[in-house]
Amino acid sequence: MTQIGTDANPLRVAIIGAGPTGFYAADHLFKQSDLVVEIDVFDRLPTPYGLVRFGVAPDHQKIKNVTKVFDKIAAHPNFRFYGNVEFGRHITLSDLREHYHQIFFATGAQSDRRMNIPGEDLQGSHAATEFVAWYNGHPDYRDRHFDLSQERVAVVGVGNVAVDVARILCRTADELVKTDIADYALEALGQSRVREVFLLGRRGPAQAAFTVPEIKELGELADADVVTLPEEIELDDLSRASLERNPDPATIKKVEILQEYALREPTGKSRRLTIRFLVSPVELIGNERGQVVRMRLVRNVLYETEAGTLRPRHTDQFEEMSVGLVFRSVGYRGVPLPGVPFNERWGVILNEKGRVIDPDTQEPLVGEYTGGWIKRGPTGVIGTNKSDAAETVKCMLEDLANGLILNPSQPDAAAVEKLVRERQPNYFSYADWLRLNELEIARGRAVGRPRVKFTSVEEMLTALER
Amino acid sequence: MKVSSILATKGTNVITIRPEQTVKEAVALLVERNIGALVVVNEAGQPVGIISERDIIRAAARREDVFSQPVGQVMTRELVVGLPQDDLISVAHTMTEKRFRHLPIVDQGKLVGIVSIGDVVKAQRDQYKGEIDTLTTQIMTDEA
Ligand SMILES: Cc1cc2nc3c(=O)[nH]c(=O)nc-3n(C[C@H](O)[C@H](O)[C@H](O)COP(=O)(O)OP(=O)(O)OC[C@H]3O[C@@H](n4cnc5c(N)ncnc54)[C@H](O)[C@@H]3O)c2cc1C
Ligand SMILES: NC(=O)c1ccc[n+]([C@@H]2O[C@H](COP(=O)([O-])OP(=O)(O)OC[C@H]3O[C@@H](n4cnc5c(N)ncnc54)[C@H](OP(=O)(O)O)[C@@H]3O)[C@@H](O)[C@H]2O)c1
Repeated sequence: MTQIGTDANPLRVAIIGAGPTGFYAADHLFKQSDLVVEIDVFDRLPTPYGLVRFGVAPDHQKIKNVTKVFDKIAAHPNFRFYGNVEFGRHITLSDLREHYHQIFFATGAQSDRRMNIPGEDLQGSHAATEFVAWYNGHPDYRDRHFDLSQERVAVVGVGNVAVDVARILCRTADELVKTDIADYALEALGQSRVREVFLLGRRGPAQAAFTVPEIKELGELADADVVTLPEEIELDDLSRASLERNPDPATIKKVEILQEYALREPTGKSRRLTIRFLVSPVELIGNERGQVVRMRLVRNVLYETEAGTLRPRHTDQFEEMSVGLVFRSVGYRGVPLPGVPFNERWGVILNEKGRVIDPDTQEPLVGEYTGGWIKRGPTGVIGTNKSDAAETVKCMLEDLANGLILNPSQPDAAAVEKLVRERQPNYFSYADWLRLNELEIARGRAVGRPRVKFTSVEEMLTALER
Repeated sequence: MKVSSILATKGTNVITIRPEQTVKEAVALLVERNIGALVVVNEAGQPVGIISERDIIRAAARREDVFSQPVGQVMTRELVVGLPQDDLISVAHTMTEKRFRHLPIVDQGKLVGIVSIGDVVKAQRDQYKGEIDTLTTQIMTDEA
């Protein structure tokens, strides 16, 4: 058998998804000495970077600097990008098997988890995922409408995404104009009549998922006061005992910050952000037009599991509050890819350490791998995907050494380009993206913003004079 | 982070053994699968105990014919089980405090996986590494 991974016979790898995981996987492969590898990265969107472009909040521009690292990886001569090419639509698993020795799925979590309560689908009740994609200029979400004429908004969940959503809702137009938020979102949020934002945690302050810098930032908003309720941030006996046994510094700091917020006097800012704990929404109530007007909440108490986690339990105490807009931010969720085994329980591709598993035999499927959010679920920051991708790449190299790779009939780059051209004439190369990037920055410079994004594929094609 | 993110990369096949099987069979499975412990389940698939390398060594120190013993005689019965929604931070603490290395995970009464202290430490290490990496990238690209 010919040796694969040499100048004469490079290892050919397809990566599906150009988010952080896709880039880190490519980087790990390029860094192997004694391995010649050609990598084609496909993304259903014309632009690379995944959630770094469409998730990370626009007022966190510094975090987006990681894209410079990604651009360096993409500059490798054996790296190709096929944007606007969707797996399952323009290309299929059997296409890839004809052209690659290994296939790496890094498609992230494209959907959201639900609360499963009555009224969840009333008008005015949305997934945070949609709002986030909208304000970040995601082409699939640019036409969504959010009724920002409402004064009272609830955000369910207390993870970092919920914090992003609440913070963006509380930002002033002056604060937002310094960001690369989509221009239509800048306009809509500039006219927003939102006055009260509630972040709703089902457990106590010591169990909140958000991190210290994120919660601290909420106390520094230009025109919104942040509030917590003394009776809710006072630790219950179980939380106190747990924190004494396991004095985790980050948890202690978080609780301190939240307690300090309870002591703050209102300063007369035009918006108020209230962070609540130990409450779960049980029902959204609509008016005659099917528009959400109230939320029914139940108070929770905590109990301890065998393994020592404090979980919420509903009591029989209820309260109602009026809200005109609800965002559920209770987590993202992966979606199955055509022909790729899926693990419904966790919403991920069925895998062991990144090797895709055949559900019938429970053995790895030759040549198929996964990484990032679609491998381990929707948690972790950008950098977490680096070690995650490394774990999968290690499996890929082991399998290559053992001859466990696909046997493509046309392992060459030109054949792929021809195929893509047939299926999606409007594909975007990395050079196309770099050009769009320059144009976006130039559009921003003209109006004193870091960038003004293109938010539709047509706009991008026109900008490239195609 | 929760226990479920560890289970997500472990397939769905949980390797178990029945109490009436022999220690010899248990050892063979441990070696074949390169793991440190097996969850012992009854006919209904409910976990009734756990048998680890340590349990077997302890039993071997007591009697020579340990291999022919039924698993049920040698396993640890006081079983602490976890839930997919358990927080990693509390699981890590409980496992180190109570000194056990394997935690069977049960969802609505059904065994859905097992996590080892090694898995937990690795997940926490990856989380910290990821956070540090994200920060250093930010600082480095800032300077560049
Ligand atoms: C709202 C939000 C804010 C965040 N903020 C931060 C932050 O401030 N700092 C931080 O460190 N982390 C942050 N994160 C976490 C970080 O974004 C993720 O850890 C990371 O993006 C996951 O990387 P991934 O490559 O696995 O998935 P993704 O980034 O989601 O990338 C997946 C890619 O696959 C593509 N794709 C999907 N399906 C297909 C298909 N069928 N065919 C072709 N392509 C496909 C998608 O278009 C996408 O480009 C945030 C996450 C969210 C949701
Ligand atoms: N600035 C940043 O660094 C940044 C920004 C955004 C996102 N991220 C990262 O991206 C990942 C995803 O973030 P995320 O906020 O989507 O997820 P997350 O951190 O897992 O938070 C989800 C939140 O939803 C709550 N929740 C889940 N189900 C619920 C229900 N049925 N009812 C009420 N509340 C419920 C959870 O509470 P329980 O804990 O009680 O389950 C938790 O508070 C995280 O790792 C995050 O750190 C980072």
